[in-house]
Amino acid sequence: MERKTKVNAEEGKQELVITREFELPVELLFKAYIEPEIVEQWMGTKVLKLESKKHGSWQFETSDPQGNVVLKTNGVIHEFVPNEKITRTFEMENTPFPVQLEFLEFEKLTSNTSKLTMHVVYKSVELRNQMLRMPFAQGINMAYNRLQDIVSKLKTVHS
Amino acid sequence: MNLRRDVFQAIADPTRRAILLLVATQAMTAGAIASNFDTARPTVSKHLQILTECELLKQQQNGREMYYHLNPQKMKEIADFIEPFRNMWDDRFNKLEDLMKNYKPKD
Repeated sequence: MERKTKVNAEEGKQELVITREFELPVELLFKAYIEPEIVEQWMGTKVLKLESKKHGSWQFETSDPQGNVVLKTNGVIHEFVPNEKITRTFEMENTPFPVQLEFLEFEKLTSNTSKLTMHVVYKSVELRNQMLRMPFAQGINMAYNRLQDIVSKLKTVHS
Repeated sequence: MNLRRDVFQAIADPTRRAILLLVATQAMTAGAIASNFDTARPTVSKHLQILTECELLKQQQNGREMYYHLNPQKMKEIADFIEPFRNMWDDRFNKLEDLMKNYKPKD
């Protein structure tokens, strides 16, 4: 299946652009960003606070399947124009990663389709690359942990 | 053990990148690889060790000689390192699209 989401991360730049076209009217796409119960479902996070307005702030909390909080994120909203744009900051609490700036643009294509452009600016090129690698590193760690599981099971069988 | 740092630190070094290019077309012995560099032989050995530890290189015994060759699988993983990031967002957006297609206003 073709991936609809595109990530453009040019070499040597401290920013990246994520674009995606949706089979949704722009109003519904925008709603998915402002209704807390919906954000929770597709982002897989708990919404503690989401003030969708200029000078508002937001706070999310992500837990592992056991219920332990693994990540807290927060930020403030700088621009808020319904069905058009949200400009906000994004910060991961208790991590060495500094705040990042996100420009979200919502665009009507037809009455039933829309496009999202997410332009993210990082403090440095290195930090952008680290953020890009994070899911990759998690993938490697997961593969490694699985391998360890298998190895430890083999040990049990042979001992 | 920090696999992530190892792999990316490994390819961040220009000498190590040059080694990967050298063995991309043919398997080579440590001596043959070292002859391409001005650096001391032990330095090259250290680079080979790092590249082997993070699985970018594979060793193969051929008679008395140990040959090094590229592990294309690992190289592909690195070339594709943006993919997991894109997949993460693609999964989220697919979920968003499904949710909103079935969206019923509360009132």
